[in-house]
Amino acid sequence: MCLGIPGEVIEVLTDRPDLARVDVSGVKRAINIGLLSEEAVGPGDWVLIHVGFALSKIDEGEAKAAMEFLEGIGKAYEDEIAALRDSEIL
Amino acid sequence: MRFVDEFRDADKARALSAKITSLCEPGREYKFMEVCGGHTHTIYKHGLEDYLPENITLVHGPGCPVCVIPMGRIDDSIHIARRPGVLMTSFGDMMRVPGSGGNFFDSNAEGTNIRMVYSPLDSLKVARQNPDMHVVFMAIGFETTAPSTAMTLLRAEREGIENFSVFCNHITIIPAIKAILDSPDLRLDGFIGPGHVSTVIGCRPYEFIARDYGKPIVVSGFEPLDILQSIYLLMLQLREGRAEVENQYSRVVPWDGNRTALRVIAETMELRPYFEWRGLGFISHSALRIRGKYARFDAELKFEVPGVRVADPKACQCGEVLKGVLKPWECKVFGTACTPETPIGTCMVSPEGACAAYYNFGRFTRTRVREASLS
Repeated sequence: MCLGIPGEVIEVLTDRPDLARVDVSGVKRAINIGLLSEEAVGPGDWVLIHVGFALSKIDEGEAKAAMEFLEGIGKAYEDEIAALRDSEIL
Repeated sequence: MRFVDEFRDADKARALSAKITSLCEPGREYKFMEVCGGHTHTIYKHGLEDYLPENITLVHGPGCPVCVIPMGRIDDSIHIARRPGVLMTSFGDMMRVPGSGGNFFDSNAEGTNIRMVYSPLDSLKVARQNPDMHVVFMAIGFETTAPSTAMTLLRAEREGIENFSVFCNHITIIPAIKAILDSPDLRLDGFIGPGHVSTVIGCRPYEFIARDYGKPIVVSGFEPLDILQSIYLLMLQLREGRAEVENQYSRVVPWDGNRTALRVIAETMELRPYFEWRGLGFISHSALRIRGKYARFDAELKFEVPGVRVADPKACQCGEVLKGVLKPWECKVFGTACTPETPIGTCMVSPEGACAAYYNFGRFTRTRVREASLS
């Protein structure tokens, strides 16, 4: 929960600019980007996601490294991805 | 793989290891605390202690939110969940944390309805879908999750959702670090600062560590080379007689943190006079509660909360582990009565907990295997 998971922004929702569709390890879900209001977020950007909220923008290298780190954690990360899959942020 | 190799190159690790060793003063012992459970995980997984000279010890800190929640708050949560018409939500990590009468799963077997959610925002959806129930989100975590709870509260207010409240157990990292610095049990030479918490709070809140306690702190990334480099920076500061806040993780952590996140926390929450931490006891101004302006979303005001203090099971030594006084394998029940499958203490529940990390990677004793590959 304390560890951010990296996601790639696919699109910012036009009717809800506080939400973005992201791809996390192939799971595509909406997350909230309201906490990045001081930064521009767009398709192709990578963000670190904590419990459904993007907390920081990161570069692709950092995203890949963070992903490897999380995959190394094993079950806890799988649980997190499963939870994300079930999540439906509106 | 190109990206990742950059952070895990074993040659680079050995080079850093040599530089760290060259900075050691003969006969001096060094103790650094890694505050964050994510760092603890990397240290055990990659056997980083084996890359360090024997006079450098890494002490595992209290930066695992699931680990430091006292049993009484689990009991309080279950008490709320037992009220008629209540549906409770919490993060998956919380479900297996033992209270004095069992964990959330045990409680559900006896009739409560406590559901796992990925995000506090999912709790709002549960509230919309269950208008006849009152949904209580059991919120925990440091500054990494507090902004999410704050945003969810603001959303609930904006939408006028009446059947939703928060049982707030958010904690803040700075007072815990201060409590450790003030504790006579432990003499530390410096800190490996938390990574993701710092994306929210930035680096300035750590300045008191350097200024008032004369100790260095380096905010660090999570890769093995990040941590080795942070230890090198700490050693360099000590060697040069400096005590400063440095940011090794500047590729993610801005010096001023995330101002929007800090603003929404301040808007919706305020510091409690004190809060109990497992192992560390009561710490002043170390946790957050809902501000009066949002009182109608405060489960502690809405429901009677017993607030009984529950002592940890006698066999459990999580407290000593969380203070860094005891190594996980030195606990009497480690790996025998207490395992990740049947945890007695919180440090064995969360993957960020020092005991679970030790157990999972089988590093029961410190051996020096310098030739071991980093990955």
